[in-house]
Amino acid sequence: MDDKSPNTVCAGFLPLLDAAILIAAKEKGFAEAEDIDLLLVKESSWANIRDRMAIGHFDVAHMLAPMPVASLLGLMPLPLKIIAPMALGLGGNAITISNAIAADIASPKPLAEMTAREAGDQLSHLIKDRQKQGKDALVFGVVHPFSGHNYELRYWLAACGIHPDTDVEIVVIPPPLMPDALSSGMLDGFCVGEPWNSIAIEDGAGTLLTTKSKIWRNSPEKVLGASDTFAANHPTTLSATIRALYKAAEWCGSSENTEELAHLLSDSNYIGVPAEILEKPLRGQFKTENGEISQIQDFFIPFERAATFPWFSHGLWFYSQMVRWGHTDWSPEHAEQLKSCYRPDLYRAALADLQVPIPSANAKVEGALEHTQFVGTMKGQLALGPDGFFDGQVFDPDNLETYIRAQADQK
Amino acid sequence: MTTVDVKILVIDENRIRASIIKDGLEDAGHSLVTVLNEIRGVAGQIESLDPDVIIIDLENPNRDMLEAMFALSKSVKRPIAMFVDNSDQQSIEAAVEAGVSSYIVDGLRQDRVKPIMDMAITRYRAFSKMERELETARNELAERKTIDRAKTILMRTKGIDEEQAYNLMRKTAMNRSQKIFEIADSIIMTASLMDE
Repeated sequence: MDDKSPNTVCAGFLPLLDAAILIAAKEKGFAEAEDIDLLLVKESSWANIRDRMAIGHFDVAHMLAPMPVASLLGLMPLPLKIIAPMALGLGGNAITISNAIAADIASPKPLAEMTAREAGDQLSHLIKDRQKQGKDALVFGVVHPFSGHNYELRYWLAACGIHPDTDVEIVVIPPPLMPDALSSGMLDGFCVGEPWNSIAIEDGAGTLLTTKSKIWRNSPEKVLGASDTFAANHPTTLSATIRALYKAAEWCGSSENTEELAHLLSDSNYIGVPAEILEKPLRGQFKTENGEISQIQDFFIPFERAATFPWFSHGLWFYSQMVRWGHTDWSPEHAEQLKSCYRPDLYRAALADLQVPIPSANAKVEGALEHTQFVGTMKGQLALGPDGFFDGQVFDPDNLETYIRAQADQK
Repeated sequence: MTTVDVKILVIDENRIRASIIKDGLEDAGHSLVTVLNEIRGVAGQIESLDPDVIIIDLENPNRDMLEAMFALSKSVKRPIAMFVDNSDQQSIEAAVEAGVSSYIVDGLRQDRVKPIMDMAITRYRAFSKMERELETARNELAERKTIDRAKTILMRTKGIDEEQAYNLMRKTAMNRSQKIFEIADSIIMTASLMDE
């Protein structure tokens, strides 16, 4: 790595649909236009991404949104500081259950057509019935303890009266192994990013139950993680990378490019899954148990609604859930420390010269926007939301401690 | 011998590599080495083996699962630190370069862990070198077979002897700045087209 030119940026990624922005930045020339030689390295685990960032192999990486938070709080096995100067889109995950469990849920309409509340209530009834009959607890897979998957699954279960630690079992499984684990009966369900839900459904192993976008509309999923040494030593290179990714996100977000994007991603160097399978979830389409196509609103948003803006409130929400589920303790010092984690200042500085609207606030009240709303920006107008949690709760980052206390009581 | 009582678990889906590491560790005096070739049931195995050191290949996608087990599971109670020493950048780098990662129970002295990791790194490197050599040998063999087949085709179609056939291919290769193997390959392809 010593022969690295100053503008070479090495990025690790996992084969997932939401690596799209990184892949498009390279393949569609957005990185090159910013004089960035973007090297993309496919990895097999989030642990590898973290380790290779720790030793300087990766300057930036496709990363689970809670990982920079966990790294800053010292929850990772390596002492490592990762910042998030940009997000890589909103949404993109879904919860799929085995066909056997789906058959036990008596629903008048296809499961994918239900709201998160309806789906959660159905699941809750089923779990209570199973408990009465003395059956085993259902096992759900997530991809990492510090993942949006783990926290949204837990949030949804808890809000539907299912305790994620005692009523079900949650285990960690790598994304590409989820469909097999479901069909072999190792798992009863999972929460994973695309295309692994679609693959399980195409293979006839499972049925879509609900989606991240229904649990928390327009919620954060992956971020661009950057090692803080890289960010400190190469600020102009990082800025140029952010600009390239922003333009790539804009390209990915345009529906007329979806077919081409699906083809780019299907390459074996990237996701290695047929383009026909990738195109559907890129359009928010899933096959239901009746063989029909269900259109999920706001399933994956790569660009619109400030989808690449690294909101403080997103990082702090993950922190609130880490405390809720015993991954760390609450302390005002932690909350203060996390202000150096998600970095809207770097995002803004990088995009300052582009004539694009950027939010002027660093944080927002999550769940406050019932409808699309135009907000104040540095330049022009920007539409945000709707961004509701399915249970109608609101997360105000200024009242972090109150929110955490309330959830501890509820738990 | 002071290191014999360290319990080591090697998790590697590549059976050959796993056994090479096991042999190396045993040669170095570690008698308590267990090898697992698949991750299934690993929680129970870890509980019963109670290893001090776990060595796992970096390509194994189940590293996240393993770490989650350490952090959350009731079966692994002791805290686990990664690599030789969290602050030892060089060791971490050497391990990652070689394709190996390890988890070590906190409190195990570094002077006891270091030789184990060094051994694993050496063996991983030796294994990838061996694999590369094997791959080269396989390619060479395949190329030689292709050249022989092309030679036979030339001998038959042009009515020339083996040496003449070889010289013809060599000359063509030189003129076109290609490899003999590539010329041979196109001769075979052309011949197969003609046959049909």
